[in-house]
Amino acid sequence: MSITYLEAIRAAQAKALADDPRVFIYGQDVGAFGGAFKATKNLAREYPGRVLDSPISEDAMVGAAIGAAIGGMRPIVEMQYADFSLPGFNQIVNNAAAFYWRTNVPCPITIRLPSGGIAGGGPYHSQSLEAIYAHYPGLVVMTPATVEDAYSMLLEAVAIDDPVIFCEHKHLYNHLKAEHLPTEAMPTGKARIARPGRDMTIVAYSAMVHDALAVAEELATEGMEVEVVDLRSVKPLDTDTVMASVARTGRLLCVGEAWPWGGVTAEVIARVATEGFGLLDAPPQRLNAKDTPVPYHPSLWAVHRPTTQSIAIAARNLIRL
Amino acid sequence: MAQTIGEVSSFRDTYLKAYRGMLLARVLDDKFASLYRTGKIAGGVFLGRGQEAFSVAAGLNLRQGDIFAPLIRDAAGRLAFGETIFDAIRTYLGSAAGPMRGRDGNVHRGNPRAGYLPMVSHLGAMVSVVNGALLAHRFKKIKGTVGVACLGDGATSTGAFHEGLNQAAIEKLPLVLMVANNQYAYSTPTSRQFACEDLVDRAVGYGVQGHSFDGNDLTACLKIVGEAIESARRGNGPQLIVGRLLRLCGHGEHDDSNYIDPLLRTVGYGRDCLKLAEEHLLKEDWADQTLLDAWRNECVHEIEEALATVRREAGPDPYSEDWSALSSRHLIEGQNQ
Repeated sequence: MSITYLEAIRAAQAKALADDPRVFIYGQDVGAFGGAFKATKNLAREYPGRVLDSPISEDAMVGAAIGAAIGGMRPIVEMQYADFSLPGFNQIVNNAAAFYWRTNVPCPITIRLPSGGIAGGGPYHSQSLEAIYAHYPGLVVMTPATVEDAYSMLLEAVAIDDPVIFCEHKHLYNHLKAEHLPTEAMPTGKARIARPGRDMTIVAYSAMVHDALAVAEELATEGMEVEVVDLRSVKPLDTDTVMASVARTGRLLCVGEAWPWGGVTAEVIARVATEGFGLLDAPPQRLNAKDTPVPYHPSLWAVHRPTTQSIAIAARNLIRL
Repeated sequence: MAQTIGEVSSFRDTYLKAYRGMLLARVLDDKFASLYRTGKIAGGVFLGRGQEAFSVAAGLNLRQGDIFAPLIRDAAGRLAFGETIFDAIRTYLGSAAGPMRGRDGNVHRGNPRAGYLPMVSHLGAMVSVVNGALLAHRFKKIKGTVGVACLGDGATSTGAFHEGLNQAAIEKLPLVLMVANNQYAYSTPTSRQFACEDLVDRAVGYGVQGHSFDGNDLTACLKIVGEAIESARRGNGPQLIVGRLLRLCGHGEHDDSNYIDPLLRTVGYGRDCLKLAEEHLLKEDWADQTLLDAWRNECVHEIEEALATVRREAGPDPYSEDWSALSSRHLIEGQNQ
């Protein structure tokens, strides 16, 4: 048996619905249709009345989730694409994120963002928005890179009392498979050493973890041992694990699919530079998407974001510094 | 059908209760204005002067278990819904004993566990939040509750208003959306806010019931707001209520409101609802001037006493503050960033 990243997300939602009568799913086309990516396929039939089609109203979708959460429910909101969460941005950051701090009453909502690029996605179906949500206090931002994490972290997202932005990567939906779903999970907020190595550290998250692992594999044939750290969640950000890795390797390359300006890679490098400057044998480097909207044509898109080729070049350059 | 003596008496009681609620809100607002002028309040002060009749009708018609999302000019509705003057004063003075613990203040207060939702400044946003609270009631099979969301004319221009009203209509939620059309959103007149004849015309566009009336007339407010809330409670779906009013003050106490067209003060909806209610009480012989004066003195006394208590309460202590926006302790990042 094997299960995909997308199936893990569906399985986690099915389990959440089965285990807790407070859970419901709300989003565009999530009902009988099963969602644009089929992440909620069959769930409306299995849990009648608890998987609701919403109007195309992201502000109202999140607002309703907030009200329902205050009223004791545990809503999961599916944004059809991460890009479409922006009309709901105000409710997410100014209402949900601030709610617990203002009132001492928790706001347990999970907002699923199908994130990242796929070939042909173009400017409005390919964005990675984890950094702008991580900027706001009061939100947890999860960025699972594996089938196991997609399952266990989504279950935790629904279980905890805080609003969670769950960035699931569209490219991984059907490309990534695991043999079975985990029964035990690594805690959210802890980064994972995806591959140990002594010569340099590549910090990545979401789909970029797999590109980083491929590069580590390639560089191993050239005698370079690259350690790959998978952040798993960008907020909280596990500085300790990153710092410990840099202490072992002395070199840091941080890779993100999102734009560079003020992003997650900038945050990681700022932390390492300010708290671990003495650990570094070379200036820390980062690699991001180009600072333009995401292009449509597959050949433009392929080089817009970091690739195994561009990561390998950056890694080789860093080793030589 | 001729009114029975019982009904007359009951309406008189309701009217008197509503009037006293309006009066308490007016006296409290006046107190906040004077505290603001003497620099005792951090941030702004936003008053409901001229909107008390419309607002009190909402609060009085709600019951325990209902949802109420008031707006900045809803002191009367808040008090009628059960807010104490202590909590009103505590939030304005930033007392740590208040419901917002000094973390949020003035009009942004609420008690979500009691169905009293704290507004955010992004007007319109609370409509869908009330919808969600009503959805939660539906999921939990709690029947017979309603939710009131309050907006001004300006908020009807926001996307959140349209999304929220449409959402409520689709789900046939017992939402009562109260729009106080007070002629100005800050200084922007309604002519620059919307181009339809009457905001209530929007109701038909969303497939909901609409009601429009003189929001200064306490009798009309009690009757129509009461009927609309009952209609929603009976399962007739969302209700859009538009009260024609005039804001008898600036947007906030920092605003001298010199932009308000003086002609507006001479038209029907430019009158002061509190004075109109007083005239009605005297005309019906439900109260005399001595009694009205005594009630006002009671309000002043009650507020002064509460204020004296709250002034002795501590503000939040920045050094014992946990500075954490998450309730999941294991996910809070290090505090030394």
